[in-house]
Amino acid sequence: MSGNGKIERRRNVQLRLNLNGEEAEVSFAPYKTLLEVLREDLGLTGTKHGCELGECGACTVLVDGTPVLSCLQLAVECEGRSVETIEGLARGNALHPLQAAFADHGGSQCGYCTPGVIMTAKALLGEEPNPSRDRIREATSGNLCRCTGYNQIVESIEVAAADLRTPGK
Amino acid sequence: MSTGKRLDVVGKPRRRVDSRGKVLGQLRFADDLSLPRMLHCKLLRSPHPHARIESIDVSRAEKHPGVHLVLTGKDFPIPFGIMPVAQDEHALAPERVRFVGDPVAAVIAKDEQTAGEALGLIEVKYQPLPTIATPEEALANAETRIHDYGEQGNIHRNQAYEFGDVEEALAGSDHVFEDTFFYEGNTHLPMEQQASLAAVEGDGKLTLSSSTQNPHYLHRQLARVLQMPASQIRVIATPNGGGFGGKCDPANHELVVSKAALILGRPVKICLTREEVFYQHRGRHPVLMRFRTGVTKDGRLTGMHLQTLLDGGGYGSHGPASTFYTGVLTPVTYELPRFKFEACRVFTNKPPCGPKRGHGTPQPRFGQEVQLDKIAEKLGLDPAEMRLGMVTKADALTANWLKIGSTGLAECIRKVVEMSGWKEKHRKLPEGRGVGLACSAYMCGAGVSIYWNKMPHSGVQLLLDRSGQVSVLCGATEIGQGSDDVLAAIVAETLGIGTGDVRVHTGDTGLTPIDLGSYSSRVTVMMGNAALQAAGRVREQIVAAAAESLEILPGRVLLSQGRVFSADDSSKTMSFAEAVTLAESKFGTLGAVGSYAPPRQPGRYKGSGVGPSPAYSFSACVVETEVDPATGWITVPKIWVAHDIGRAINPVHARGQVIGGVYMGLGEALMEEQVFRRLPAKLSGALVHRIPSMLEYKSLTSLDMPEVEVALVEEPDPNCPFGAKEAGQGPLLPVMPAVANAIFDAVGVRIDELPITPDKVLAALQLKAEGKPPRIGPGSFPNVPYAKAMFVLPPWEGGDGNESTPQRAIAGAAGT
Repeated sequence: MSGNGKIERRRNVQLRLNLNGEEAEVSFAPYKTLLEVLREDLGLTGTKHGCELGECGACTVLVDGTPVLSCLQLAVECEGRSVETIEGLARGNALHPLQAAFADHGGSQCGYCTPGVIMTAKALLGEEPNPSRDRIREATSGNLCRCTGYNQIVESIEVAAADLRTPGK
Repeated sequence: MSTGKRLDVVGKPRRRVDSRGKVLGQLRFADDLSLPRMLHCKLLRSPHPHARIESIDVSRAEKHPGVHLVLTGKDFPIPFGIMPVAQDEHALAPERVRFVGDPVAAVIAKDEQTAGEALGLIEVKYQPLPTIATPEEALANAETRIHDYGEQGNIHRNQAYEFGDVEEALAGSDHVFEDTFFYEGNTHLPMEQQASLAAVEGDGKLTLSSSTQNPHYLHRQLARVLQMPASQIRVIATPNGGGFGGKCDPANHELVVSKAALILGRPVKICLTREEVFYQHRGRHPVLMRFRTGVTKDGRLTGMHLQTLLDGGGYGSHGPASTFYTGVLTPVTYELPRFKFEACRVFTNKPPCGPKRGHGTPQPRFGQEVQLDKIAEKLGLDPAEMRLGMVTKADALTANWLKIGSTGLAECIRKVVEMSGWKEKHRKLPEGRGVGLACSAYMCGAGVSIYWNKMPHSGVQLLLDRSGQVSVLCGATEIGQGSDDVLAAIVAETLGIGTGDVRVHTGDTGLTPIDLGSYSSRVTVMMGNAALQAAGRVREQIVAAAAESLEILPGRVLLSQGRVFSADDSSKTMSFAEAVTLAESKFGTLGAVGSYAPPRQPGRYKGSGVGPSPAYSFSACVVETEVDPATGWITVPKIWVAHDIGRAINPVHARGQVIGGVYMGLGEALMEEQVFRRLPAKLSGALVHRIPSMLEYKSLTSLDMPEVEVALVEEPDPNCPFGAKEAGQGPLLPVMPAVANAIFDAVGVRIDELPITPDKVLAALQLKAEGKPPRIGPGSFPNVPYAKAMFVLPPWEGGDGNESTPQRAIAGAAGT
């Protein structure tokens, strides 16, 4: 970076987006990633970071329904788009079936990779309500987890998928 | 008090008390914290692996707009270190850097961006020094010492013990096997990068919230380095996003932000980048080891001589303990009449090694269990039967005077043999497919604190009030392993309520009684026993008050599922909250404390404090592999593991701990390695991390990870709360040797070093095709100037646990 003191890039930009189903507006330095804007400017610290290089998947959020590594997405690219984070999942005070399954079946140990994995799983189940075990492993393979050894993550997603397929859910 | 009582909570699958916050994204890790007026810190790290700092000019950085403070080594005259015998680090290096990544300066600025810019304005003049890349280089170069303390030259620690005359035992053996193994270093790679937030509170006291596994030891080191009374400092261990040992050491950044907050009077936060986490390291030591093991013709051990050489990296860290741990737990799995170990840790110019899951023990366990497989092969024995014939017995002593409590190792072996179909598979699968078996044992808490003292290892306080609220406070640290849930479960079980009725406060030196930390698999046993005592004391008060009101004998009062009632007359009953109200009326404000210190161990010799534990867990594992002879590619379709956990407090999460350990072990077996390379001379010749990133540091993904079938074997241990032993570390240890043994069963090659990568398998297959010994591994063991071994007679040879004189000297037998 150049060392001359006049740094125009620090002038904030304005962004409107649909955030967890609500219209939101935020002002931030234009070089910031979606991850940084979510955590630092919008106060949504549920989205985690493990590398900020697109290697670990901890920062996964849904942009227009698609899993995106928010550390690699410039926030300014999200104008007018719909962003969903872990904070938008629960229904009132009730856990989303994915959240409940992760809590009950060991899908979450330290909990740090959990929001990213759950968002990835939500996108998967939105497209494929009854994925095979191999398909779940494939879909979540970009989300590193150091605690669980993945077995109970896959099981939790299977339980949630079955729950979501049950009529009335 | 719960003996014989039906258990309502313990042993039942439950949602963990902390899981709701985690799945909602609501749980606040250290980097999720922010405070008004908060500033941000970045560290300048050395680009040289070994250099003298000639000068540091911070004037340009200080003038950079938005910079509030620049700190250097002169601001931290007091050294620190986790162990009293290795206080060899400074928060910022004052005059010497010892690895690429050693911190030399810190900038505190209005935001991370500004702090990062200012780092580039600091001018450091270094005078590069010769670098030590390997233990062999460390042994060969006594001069240009990396530290001016230690045994000699670049040897940091030497430990040597002999329990009975091992040479005599080997001479009298039917066979003596000699094998050399190498276990490459690797790192914890917690998903959460270390972060810390320091602030001076309204009362003038310092609070540090940090992703630490050991708030108590950090607290002590902060007081030392900042030269403040510990009572003026509060350390809050935020929930750790994974630890695995990597957040045990007090860390440079924790000391730096604390000092900065005290100077500036404003909150200061730091979050390490992923690259910096690789430099902070404190991970698995690379260990070269040689085993000389005597056996009878039917495969029973007669004696073992183990030599280890540890690559310690640039600082002491837990190294003195790590050095011991490459030897001391070796005799816990099988009956071993005589045992000698010699261990040596050297300094090298790489990030410091320390404790990683299994701390010092996975390396020798790998060698030991692969060598046993070779012995079984040579003697034509079934590896499972051979092991079953010599497992240590409950309540036995080992040659090095460790007291074993309960053991379910034999049952673990039988379970994995049965689950895996071992008898139909071993030596019977088609070429390219194979199974391997290995076992291990691990401690349930270190019997001695890191610093010497006579105080409890864990304290628990309970507070109850008329609302029926039960608050439990303990210094233990939740690092993902589920300790908060264990704490809630033990209190809930004792008081006859649910875990959801307990409010848990942990890891806060300003509020909670001291617990030594989340290391050495100590928390369930030590915190659990302290909780049991505290809850038992409160239970007595509740029972006394309820008995009086119900007009029954206290001995007939039961507490279960939120009710307090008569064992004989179900109409005599009240709610738990009503009983608490009666107890508060009768006794005043309700509360109790409990504490725990491990039992005294039988070893009396100097150094006998490393290895003893209130109990030992045991594990057995069978791994199946498929090896592609054309590419050397290794596939692991399935793993079976049985773990003697004593009793599972929460079976869902105990199983999760076991699978998680297997996962990490499989990664270490197949791919994980923290390795270094020298830059070309024209660049600097520096010794640098190969590539400090998650992409290059390979770990298993969900696609690589096989299904793990788990059997929890429950041999309750009388020293443990409800009999519960550890699960966090032990199940990792048998995995690596089981993989190596399975590869031998599949394609008949021995890979005696980790990780076992396809290129090594291919090279071994090539040797096999050429008719040469099909083995890849270290060829020789260097000449290490080990210390003279302390001689201690094993319990069965008339020893009393003290050092004694070897009989061979009297007999005039030749030594080696």
